[in-house]
Amino acid sequence: MNTQKTLSAEARRKATLSAVLAVICVIYVLPVVAVVINSFKLNTFVKTDTFALPTGNMWAGFENFIKGMTFGNYPFAKSVLYSVVITLLSTALILLCTSMAAWYIARVNSLFCKALYFLCVFSMVVPFQMVMFTLSKTANSVRLLGFWGPHLNTPWTIPIIYLGFGAGLAIFMFVGFVKSIPLEIEEAAAIDGCGPLRTYFSVVVPMLKPTMVSVGILEIMWVWNDFLLPYLVLDKNLYRTIPIHIQYLKGSYGTVDLGATMALILLSIIPVIVFYLTCQKHIIAGVAAGAVKG
Amino acid sequence: MKMKITSSNSVQRATRRWGLFFLGPVTAAFIIGFIWPFLQGIWLSLCRFKTISNAKFIGLDNYVKAFSDVGFRHAFWYTTMFTVVSLVLINVLAFAVAYFLTQGIKGSNLFRTVFFMPNLIGGIVLGYIWSMIFDGILSWWSTSILLESKYGFWGLIILMCWQQVGYMMIIYIAGLQNVPGEMLEAARIDGATRTQTLFKVTIPNVMPSITICMFLSLTNGFKLFDQNLALTGGQPFIIQPGGATIKTTEMLALNIFNTFNASGGSSQGVAQAKAVVFFVLVAGLGLLQLGYTRKKEVQQ
Repeated sequence: MNTQKTLSAEARRKATLSAVLAVICVIYVLPVVAVVINSFKLNTFVKTDTFALPTGNMWAGFENFIKGMTFGNYPFAKSVLYSVVITLLSTALILLCTSMAAWYIARVNSLFCKALYFLCVFSMVVPFQMVMFTLSKTANSVRLLGFWGPHLNTPWTIPIIYLGFGAGLAIFMFVGFVKSIPLEIEEAAAIDGCGPLRTYFSVVVPMLKPTMVSVGILEIMWVWNDFLLPYLVLDKNLYRTIPIHIQYLKGSYGTVDLGATMALILLSIIPVIVFYLTCQKHIIAGVAAGAVKG
Repeated sequence: MKMKITSSNSVQRATRRWGLFFLGPVTAAFIIGFIWPFLQGIWLSLCRFKTISNAKFIGLDNYVKAFSDVGFRHAFWYTTMFTVVSLVLINVLAFAVAYFLTQGIKGSNLFRTVFFMPNLIGGIVLGYIWSMIFDGILSWWSTSILLESKYGFWGLIILMCWQQVGYMMIIYIAGLQNVPGEMLEAARIDGATRTQTLFKVTIPNVMPSITICMFLSLTNGFKLFDQNLALTGGQPFIIQPGGATIKTTEMLALNIFNTFNASGGSSQGVAQAKAVVFFVLVAGLGLLQLGYTRKKEVQQ
């Protein structure tokens, strides 16, 4: 009798907790709901009736989306394209180059490797503000192949900057993982006649996959949302990413159509939320791994 | 045994020859993207310059100017205050949510998904979403978040809680799941109340997670930029009797950014000096963290 009573009390407590958390969850998504509501609202009502549903004379419909795509003298689709290009290229480059370097650092015991690893760990604690001015100047003057080719300030070459500034955390995470792989596997591959190249690409890379997913997700989230680095490095009249685009709209505050801005914000967070809901498990695991190690 | 040592050595020697291939790309990018700008940054903080090519060494002048800048000093205190308040709030809320989500209640996974979601939205976009919301609320009293610095302060705190609680929650959940079940069971059998168990058993066992989260919110608070720029951009401004302008809600990173962009590039040396001070501050906190977690690892 007594245990039954405590059991039902426990169940009641849990149900109450669930209910309270559910209410908090609803409050938690309200800002996103506000974006959705206002993206369909006429400009003048966004400020005066922010939390009203866009009914009657407030309704702007998809007009906001069409307007938003073109204003600011820069097509939004172009910003999306550049954001996608920069994010994918940077992440691919970082994954390939840092995992190679990390394997070499973990396996070859030379002074240079130690120094490089130390500098990588050091770079993790340096805030971007420390290098932002000189980095943007460097990007404007250095060319892809030394003295030939495009400068590093285009969407196709900025991944090199991301590789340089973001190498620290990636190498740190990869080295940590490679050190946990038993050396015997690679020795067996060597005895079977694999050179270092084959050993790395057909033996080590498959084992690195889980860490690649974690690092990849961290880099995607960083580069996609990054504002300051592309803002300082790219020529903003030619190339904009989504955060730069939205910052520019706000810069002309007052003259800008708030409903259309919210429509663009909605368009820019939909892919993020879809990405999150489809790879939620990996994202949360990756973020936890990066946080605990960094 | 001897055979193995030689084979591993020969593997190492074979690998060593490929150094340029494996390390070359990262090393080159690392020099361009980090080492060179970093060294040049330190050098330029000791120079007066309009363009980098005609920099003239002037010693510590820029640092003196940086510290005598009222805007910079204000930003320093403002950032410290913001960081302390946000650190306490974020960690208490995140721990509470994580604690309740690990009690085996219905819908835990859904709640976790929702709480973590704001983390994926970028700082600039977040700032504009919340500036619309705050302005919508404050318009009932016909005011705006840009008109009073306390609105800007608490607005940024609310924004950061909304964004960061889910992130810290994930780390706390991982810690809470590692608390040995037998220990909690033993406490229950010994007749400990729920509160006693929480403070005497659970919290001491998740200390590593608490340390990580504290340091993360500490450095996140100090480095905050995007959200600050997008929510208030430093407004409202106060013009001092001497003619100096204080941007009341401007944090350190934004202050440095604005100094770089100020009036035709004459203050770039001062801005770079501020950036070096900022680096020492943030790196100091970061190294403290690294040292602390390493000590913890040794103990375990």
